[in-house]
Parts: sequence; structure tokens; C-alpha cells
Amino acid sequence: MNKLLVVDKLGKHFGGIVANEDISFHLDAGQIVGLIGPNGAGKTTLFNCIAGFYPPSEGTIRFLGNDITGMPSPKMAHMGIARTFQIVRSFGSMTVLENVMVGAMLRNKSVSIAHERASDELEFCGLSSRASVPASDLTVAEQRRLEVARALATEPHLLLLDEMMAGLTPSEVQEAVGLVKTIQKRGIACLIVEHVMEGIMPIADHMIVLDYGRKIAEGTPAEISCDPVVLAAYLGE
Amino acid sequence: MTPKQRNTLIVSGMGFALVLPFIVSNPSHQNYLILVLMFAQIGVAWNILGGYVGQVSLGHVAFFGIGAYTSTVLLVSVGLSPWIGMLIGGVVAAFFGLLIGWICFRFKGHYFTMATIAVAEILQVLFTNWEGVGGAVGLYVPLDQQGWWAMVFNSKLPYYYIALGLFTVTLLANWAIEKSFLGYYFRAIKDDPEAARSLGVSLTDYKLVAIAISSFFAALGGSFYAQKELFIDPGSVLVTSLSIKMSLVTILGGIGSLFGPLVGSVLLTGIEEATRQILGGSGMGIDLIIYATIIIAVAIYYPTGILGWAKRFLRRGKKAEDGA
Repeated sequence: MNKLLVVDKLGKHFGGIVANEDISFHLDAGQIVGLIGPNGAGKTTLFNCIAGFYPPSEGTIRFLGNDITGMPSPKMAHMGIARTFQIVRSFGSMTVLENVMVGAMLRNKSVSIAHERASDELEFCGLSSRASVPASDLTVAEQRRLEVARALATEPHLLLLDEMMAGLTPSEVQEAVGLVKTIQKRGIACLIVEHVMEGIMPIADHMIVLDYGRKIAEGTPAEISCDPVVLAAYLGE
Repeated sequence: MTPKQRNTLIVSGMGFALVLPFIVSNPSHQNYLILVLMFAQIGVAWNILGGYVGQVSLGHVAFFGIGAYTSTVLLVSVGLSPWIGMLIGGVVAAFFGLLIGWICFRFKGHYFTMATIAVAEILQVLFTNWEGVGGAVGLYVPLDQQGWWAMVFNSKLPYYYIALGLFTVTLLANWAIEKSFLGYYFRAIKDDPEAARSLGVSLTDYKLVAIAISSFFAALGGSFYAQKELFIDPGSVLVTSLSIKMSLVTILGGIGSLFGPLVGSVLLTGIEEATRQILGGSGMGIDLIIYATIIIAVAIYYPTGILGWAKRFLRRGKKAEDGA
């Protein structure tokens, strides 16, 4: 299997506070990897380092064989890494379609081609009927799907999903699970930070568990769900 | 409004603008029309950076002044036609804009605005003390040559058509930007810079594109002003109040919209001229009080400007019709 993303001995400090330390893992093309851990475990910090939102303090990140450590996020997008945000960040003054067009313009600056590509992605994410609505009028579940559509429009190899299921109803979680599965069918790998276990466990090929900024376990969902170290971290001893 | 209705409105508006100076023959009223178009034109220029990208500059007079000084200095020293001087001034201002942007875009939000004010103030002091370009005394446009090539006329009429032409060209450029990917990127940067970055939009690159275009067109307005007034000095073409007016016509009319600056300019220039004429020179600043009251009222009740309010009003009317 060719390794898409390789994170090696990654560390991130904010002043004296260690948010991530000595984290290593890799992700294969087309794979779904879940990143879990208790609150404050450093999931979002790790996620933001990979997305280029801040440079890591130590270690390297390699993507498709290139060293991308510390690369700013616009360059990451060009390389083929797209992300969504935990707190949705849609372009409020634009319609749903226009939001996705901004993503599509990364690969082609023609407005009409971006229009076509964006319509396809909205169809894929089940938002076609909302295309001409201002993005600020969407429900939370719809805004999350809009973020996914916008990220997909940049034609990524790797999609970073930051708690896309937080605050959704059980049926909306099932829709989100279905969406991630169809994204995988397109050959796009997903790294998913998630708190909603019933959302991530059935779809992840591989799980990484963080606690206190360190990787404490990894393996298939079945393996980590009976790992005593993981159980101790979640339930306390 | 359907596209067809909009096109009809634009074409009839343009036709109206072409015959207007024959209806309004009083030179002082014609002067008012020229001012409306001039402020609308520099408002559109300001809007490209301030309205679309959301980078509020209160030092745009620097570019206006560079335009005015470049064309006038070239005319006085080597007798170059202001038409060519105007374009050179635009290019000089665009490069100056890139330099200012490269420095000032490091500051976010209000700090960017404050930095632009500082730049304009520095430029005003610099030009006041620069004897080579007239210093505090200023520069006169030579009157030995008249006509289209020299852009000097006895009547107001040609100035009106030049102002209309400049306004139209600037508006067309803005329209082309709005329709292209640049328009989408600009609005994305304004709405949510971090999200825009995550989609591959380099903030600095596109802000620099915007400031270069914006300062180019602001400089064209400056050259025109010099030819219309036939005299420039730091107190007239590098003065802070002009920066504020560029932004005000846009904010009042409708920020980030194509025709916002025109609507704002008609109103703002109108209020200015009317209060000045009614209250006279002895108005003691009452015109400014009225002026400020209207701006405060718009900011409170119609934060999207007059055009934003009109759009909502039209939509509501349409909904009522559909309901009935």
C-alpha cells in the first residue's frame, strides 16, 4: 500500500504547554482514519498542524512523498489536503453554490467550469435543492455538509474532517456516516477527528487514540474498543 | 429584478446621463454633476479594496494625490498630455499601492485602517515640503494649450463627459472583477479569511491584486481632478477628508455593490452642495452636522447602505404580490 500521509515524531508546544508530543502514524490512500481522545487530548492541535494552520514545533509531516512540514494552509490545499472546520465557517454573504464554487476555483479559474463542478459536489452531498439559498440560512447539519462539499470541490487526496458529527441528531449522524463512506468510494482518504463514537467506529479502517498530547493506542476499531489503556483514558481508573 | 429589467435600467440610465448636461445648463449645476461622477468613480475604486475584500483604507487619498501630482508634474515639466500622464499616474499609484499593501497587510482589521491613515499623512507632509513639486504653494496647470489633447476646457461640458467616461470605465472594470474568480475570492476573503485560506486562497496575494487595481483607478480620478480644478496642492489632493469621503459615498450607497458608490455620491454630494448653498459660506459647519446626522442614521438603520435597503424593500414588495 502506498503511504499517503506520514506523520513522524510530531510535537507542538505553546510556550510551556505541550499540546502534542512524539506522535507518529501514517495513513494510506483511500483509508478512513479516526482520531479520538478525551477532551484536551490534543486532537485539534494535531489536526491543525496537518492542515497547515500552525507549524509543528518538532517532527515532520510527509504527504505523497513530499515534506510538507510547516507549509501554510493555501499551499496544503494546492497539494491536495482539504479540511472542514469544527465551528462552521461558511461565506455568509454568498449562496450555497457560490461557497462551493470558491473551492472549485482552486483547480480551474473559469467561473462556468467552477459552477459545474460545484453543482456536482452539491448533488453529491445532497444539497442541490439548497443551491441558491444564502449559506447563513442553512441548518447546522446542512452547513457541515456544505463544508464537505466545498472541501471536495478542491479535488483533494486527503480530507480532514473536524468533528463533523458534533451536535447532530442520530439520523443526521447516520447521513454523515453514509456521506463519508461515499467519499471513500471516490478514493479520497479521510482523517476524522470525532467525539461521536457511533459515528466513527463503524466506518474507520484504523483508529488513533490520543491522551495528554501523546498517542496511547492505535489499531482497528475492534482492537481499540477493548484496549485497557484506552478504556482507562476514557473512563478513568 | 430580472436581468432584462436591470439591463433596461442600465441602458436608460446611460442614455439619461448622456443628455443630462443639455437639460441642466447652469454651469454651477453642471459642476455638481461632475463632482457626483468624480466621487462615484473614486468611490468605485475604493470599493474594490474596501467593499469587496473588506480592507477598509482611510488613506486612499494617497493614490488620488499621486495621480494628480504625476500627471500635473509631467504636464508642467515636459508638456506631456494629461491623458498619458493619467495612465502613468495610475501605474505609479498601483506600484505604490503594492508597496503599501506589502507592508500594511501584515496588520489586521482596524490596525490596517490606522496604518493607511498614517501613510496618507506622511505623504501629505512629504509633498508639502517637496519644493520640486511646488511644495505648500502647489502647482498650476498651464493654460497656454486648450482642447482635448491638453484636457483643458473653457466650458464644463467636456469635463462632464470625461468624468462620465472615467466612471463608466471604472465601473466596467469592477463589473468584470465581480464576474470573474477574483470577485468570488475577494468576497470569500472578506467573509472568512481562514476558510478562504483552507481553499487555497493566498490572502496576501489577492489583497495585493485588489489594492493595485483600486489605487490605479483612484489615481485616474486624481489626474482628472487636477485638470478640472487647474490647480493642486497638498491641502486639496492629499487631504484626509477626501479619503473619508471616498469611503463614505460607498458605505452610504451600499458597500460591496456595483452601483453603491453612485447612489452614495448623488446623495452625499447633493447634501454637501445643498447645505452649502442654502446656508451659505456662513453655515458655520451646519452642513457638516446635517451630513453627519444622515451618515449616523444610515449606519444605524440601513447598515447595508441605501441599495441594500432598496433591495430588501423590492423583495418585500414582490413577496406581498406573490402572497396576494
